[in-house]
Amino acid sequence: MKRIEDLTVKNLRWLNTNSYVLELSGSEATRDIRPGNFAEIRIDNHPDVFLRRPFSYLDYNKDEKTVSFFVKAIGKGTHKLGTLKKGETVNIIHPLGNSFSIPENKKVLITGGGSGIAPFIMLGRELKEKGNEIHILTGGRTSEDILFTDEFRKYGEVFCTTEDGSLGEKGLLTQHSIFSGKAFDYDLIYTCGPDGMMKAVASIAKERSIDCEASLENLMACGFGVCLCCIQETTEGNKCVCTEGPVFNINELKW
Amino acid sequence: MVDLSTKIHELELKNPVCTASGTFGYGEEFADFFDPGLLGSIFIKGLTLKNRAGNPYPRMSETASGMLNAVGLQNKGIDHFIENIYPRIKEFDTHIIANVNGSTVEEYVELTERINELDHIPAIELNISCPNVKEGGMAFGVSCPSAVAVTEAVREVYDKTLIVKLSPNVTDIAEMALAVEGAGADSISLVNTFLGMAIDAETRKPLLSTITGGLSGPSIKPIALRMVWQVYKAVNIPVFGMGGIMNATDAIEFLLAGSSAVQVGTACFIDPQIPIKIIQGIEDYMERHGVKEVRELVGGLID
Ligand SMILES: Cc1cc2nc3c(=O)[nH]c(=O)nc-3n(C[C@H](O)[C@H](O)[C@H](O)COP(=O)(O)OP(=O)(O)OC[C@H]3O[C@@H](n4cnc5c(N)ncnc54)[C@H](O)[C@@H]3O)c2cc1C
Ligand SMILES: Cc1cc2nc3c(=O)[nH]c(=O)nc-3n(C[C@H](O)[C@H](O)[C@H](O)COP(=O)(O)O)c2cc1C
Ligand code: FES
Repeated sequence: MKRIEDLTVKNLRWLNTNSYVLELSGSEATRDIRPGNFAEIRIDNHPDVFLRRPFSYLDYNKDEKTVSFFVKAIGKGTHKLGTLKKGETVNIIHPLGNSFSIPENKKVLITGGGSGIAPFIMLGRELKEKGNEIHILTGGRTSEDILFTDEFRKYGEVFCTTEDGSLGEKGLLTQHSIFSGKAFDYDLIYTCGPDGMMKAVASIAKERSIDCEASLENLMACGFGVCLCCIQETTEGNKCVCTEGPVFNINELKW
Repeated sequence: MVDLSTKIHELELKNPVCTASGTFGYGEEFADFFDPGLLGSIFIKGLTLKNRAGNPYPRMSETASGMLNAVGLQNKGIDHFIENIYPRIKEFDTHIIANVNGSTVEEYVELTERINELDHIPAIELNISCPNVKEGGMAFGVSCPSAVAVTEAVREVYDKTLIVKLSPNVTDIAEMALAVEGAGADSISLVNTFLGMAIDAETRKPLLSTITGGLSGPSIKPIALRMVWQVYKAVNIPVFGMGGIMNATDAIEFLLAGSSAVQVGTACFIDPQIPIKIIQGIEDYMERHGVKEVRELVGGLID
């Protein structure tokens, strides 16, 4: 069930110069949240921010009734959201969208770039509970962008790339040696991040006939299936990213 | 207790708050948020005879106090609607009103005939004002002769309540309203979206795949209000007013300008419960001002 809730800012913590974690408390919706779901957050008191903004969950806690988001400040709304203070109220509609599939006892690769790593902490945890072997690869411009490594280590082996070579292998995410190694024998690949990165990962997956799920970030006006603005062209015609996605099997996409 | 009921032609509305076509889906999408049966009526997403994929992505661009859309009437066509959606929504405890679209007069007529067979749809809204389709749509709504031709042709085959939705992209809205009244419309709804455009200065590219799109939201409200008032003064049939209604005060302003009922559109994206809050807010206003019947407010502007 979708809910509209007024939640309280429990914590807002900047991780580096351009991203922060927003933790909200008071949610009755946590039991419905699945890895890959997202929320539509209303951003108040900014004259030019009219629509809500969609964000994937970073995590949630059923007992404490909290939900958290990892946000990259890229524009007016995300900057404004980053000025919230502890105790302030935030209006959210959630949970929305579909979720990643969770296999059992398989070998999987998770690839995340930029704010695209947000949904992968919850996913990693669930995958581990189901006995999967997990590799996590994240990419960024510099070491500053490589986040949540300790958290990811709880679920599997962690790799990274940076464009300036300050951490992990130097280059783009898809240039990582993992892709050229002999042990590239995954049953499933997950990807979320900039379009170019996801398309590059998808094309590798296709080449090797490995199943792959991508989480898309199309522009949205409503987030719950009524405006038809967020559509993605698929083999079955236009689909709504907010209700039939954001997670798609890449074979469905016309990439 | 105040009386919120109102009447549009033969249509009894329990209150004057309706939701606008294309912004409320088929109503069922809002069931988690409130009971759609509480509304005055629901104008469902625009229908066409055949499946329409709509325009390519991107279809949306946020503006200061509003948004541009270029959806282009995406829907799966009337057969799909009748088989799959209508059975689910026909028992809502309010009127379901179909928004009818075509690219030729014949298409409007054929679609109207199909909808006429549906017992639970007591009215249609003839959309001659969609700015986002290449053929038909707004082309019918920006010239009097073509608006008259399509309204007359549909009137021939339709005895239930016929509402014609006008485009604001005209020089004289009152003239258009008079023309469709003369052609047999029972009611007029306005406004549809204003033709607009957005550019990304960095890339020099348009932000919509269609370059131009329809502007909605609070940025259009003053113009919409003015047009409703002009139409109210010109015609003798009831008017559904809309355009940027975000709260009860906005809705009351539309009633005072001459709307018998209002439609809430884009606001539903930001606060899906807003229609219910508007009903409550109108009630509070009436109590505060000692107004017993909402009909007393219609055209109640003191000028
Ligand atoms: C399902 C979903 C999940 C998401 N999850 C996250 C998340 O976990 N963390 C996170 O930081 N972000 C996430 N996003 C992206 C986030 O919604 C946008 O970054 C945000 O809406 C930008 O708002 P703004 O007001 O700061 O930017 P604006 O000032 O509106 O725009 C700034 C620039 O960013 C571009 N832009 C805005 N929104 C998007 C978008 N959705 N995709 C691509 N470009 C965009 C604009 O075109 C413009 O050039 C997600 C998006 C979707 C659809
Ligand atoms: C995303 C979107 C889709 C729309 N689709 C339709 C439609 O199918 N048929 C129609 O007559 N009007 C459509 N409209 C126009 C609205 O019904 C309404 O006339 C307009 O948005 C102005 O009201 P508002 O400012 O309250 O949104 C659409 C508007 C939006 C924003
Ligand atoms: S964002 Fe409105 S339908 Fe997906």
